[in-house]
Amino acid sequence: MIFLTRKAEFSSAHFYWNDAWSPEENQRVFGKCANRNGHGHNYTLEVTVAGEVDPVSGFVVDLKELKDILEREVVSAYDHRHLNFEVPEFKTAIPTTENIAIAIWKRVDNKIPHAKLHRVRVYEMPDLFADYYGEP
Amino acid sequence: MKAHLSRRYHFSASHRLHTESYDAAQNTTVFGKCNNPHGHGHNYTVQITLSGQVDPATGMVCNLAELDAFAQTKLLEHFDHTNLNMLDCFRDTVSTTENLSIEIYRIFQRFTAAHLERVHVEETSNNSFDYSGDSAPAPGTI
Repeated sequence: MIFLTRKAEFSSAHFYWNDAWSPEENQRVFGKCANRNGHGHNYTLEVTVAGEVDPVSGFVVDLKELKDILEREVVSAYDHRHLNFEVPEFKTAIPTTENIAIAIWKRVDNKIPHAKLHRVRVYEMPDLFADYYGEP
Repeated sequence: MKAHLSRRYHFSASHRLHTESYDAAQNTTVFGKCNNPHGHGHNYTVQITLSGQVDPATGMVCNLAELDAFAQTKLLEHFDHTNLNMLDCFRDTVSTTENLSIEIYRIFQRFTAAHLERVHVEETSNNSFDYSGDSAPAPGTI
């Protein structure tokens, strides 16, 4: 079994807000992330897949194909977008790094031929990242 | 759904690798230039990995501001710009990054808002250490 990781980058705006709470409660819990005008990050995505090496091609997956899948399923939907307003899954979920990792798992899972999705890692910044392994 | 959250912190400290269990020659042989009597220093990076269910109300494993406040008061204020050998935790143990990782694991076990998965400490860009308590980390999680 080989683990293979492909990176991609996207730049997006977001803010944290729970409509069920008062503005004061949102401010208390989310701090400056609750600024309704939003703010943004350069996100780095790492998608790790697991699989056996094809004896003919020497590949676990075709990296170009994986790159195209990430571009089509994630980057084209997230890059230079406001996550809260323009990405459907964040109409109902707050676009935290944890929820972005879970959302990307759902977008990519079962779309990669010949390999199993192992981990989605999302860096909001170099010192903060979330991992999702598909666990319930 | 269960997710993992990792946060990196940075501090700078000096130390000297030395044990009273060895004589001077053995200390020099084992620890080399790290045994320099006047000590030396590093820019350490500490990466804390926590896991837990993502709270539907916040979208978070735990509140990052609470984690940062904990790290500030329990880690950085004790370790940053200090000589590690002068700290209580290294009175009887050598201030290697292995022992530092174990000590930092003990500290973050007291942060109870999420489950502590692992402590990863980089002494330099070429040396890093991981400690997950007594149990081995789950396959593929490092």
